[in-house]
Amino acid sequence: MVSVQSDRPDSGQGGEEVLVPSSVKIVVAGGFGVGKTTMVGAVSEITPLRTEELLTEAGEEIDDLYGVEGKTTTTVALDFGRITINPELVLYLFGTPGQDRFWFLWDELAIGSIGAVVLVDTRRLDAGFGAIDFFERRGIPFVVAVNCFQGSHSYTAEEMRAALDVADTVPLVLCDARDRESCKAVLVRVIEHAMNRLDVMA
Amino acid sequence: MSNSSDWWYDEAAGPMVRPYAMVSGRTRPKPAGEDLTLTTQVRALRTTTDQATLSVEHLEIIKLCRKPLSVAEVAAYLHAPLVVVKVLLSDLIQRGDVITSGPATTVTPVDMNLLQKVLDGVRAI
Repeated sequence: MVSVQSDRPDSGQGGEEVLVPSSVKIVVAGGFGVGKTTMVGAVSEITPLRTEELLTEAGEEIDDLYGVEGKTTTTVALDFGRITINPELVLYLFGTPGQDRFWFLWDELAIGSIGAVVLVDTRRLDAGFGAIDFFERRGIPFVVAVNCFQGSHSYTAEEMRAALDVADTVPLVLCDARDRESCKAVLVRVIEHAMNRLDVMA
Repeated sequence: MSNSSDWWYDEAAGPMVRPYAMVSGRTRPKPAGEDLTLTTQVRALRTTTDQATLSVEHLEIIKLCRKPLSVAEVAAYLHAPLVVVKVLLSDLIQRGDVITSGPATTVTPVDMNLLQKVLDGVRAI
């Protein structure tokens, strides 16, 4: 899709064109331990990778590290996976840091994303509130995916929707974060939802 | 590829030492790397520029990026924090050793054709 020519006149490439793919991303959000990395891993073509952002860099204004000198090494881990759509287009799936204190990182993840999955666990529905609120406020298309762990109490989708207080316009799906087909279906819903939204806006 | 167990320092030194040593204490990328995001694609060029001045990490990045990779992937494979990788990449971009996909490819709202391609792609996996 993008055949980028080096814009550096001193690069000595002599006009040679090299293909650099475009990238898109979908964010997988939710509370700590809800299965975000499991979901990423279920559909990713690579074992989920982990990259780290140094907290001292990004979080200076948020976290007061004064008096906790031993904490200067704090890092925030981001787990992500990859789906190569074609040689020109790559989809990345980023799990959000689960801890609430890392909200500041969500913006970087959310900007430029196609949309998001808010993964919730029926045993801790409230852990999804923050993520739902985040994407609602920013107008980012998202679907709520309820991770149905084996043996966890089952509720109907409508009960879940009421408990989470999400609008009827937000798709709510049940899924198994360990299951590839189930997670694929969730991603498809996110993309379709984003397309519908784009259609409405057009 | 380096492995975390290969790192030369002991635990008492803390994980900050080596990352910043890699970039001579720099915490901001050069202007050439200012627009780098997590998903910016990076690809190495076959260059004839002098590699003698490059660090081991620079060379590792060039090797990794023989096929296009995102900034996040480079950071993960290099076992280095994102900020450090952005600094290293900015060096390489400025030298013309790597090129990146333009920032315009990741802005919202994404267009319908692009979404359709992603949809088809995900269905096909």
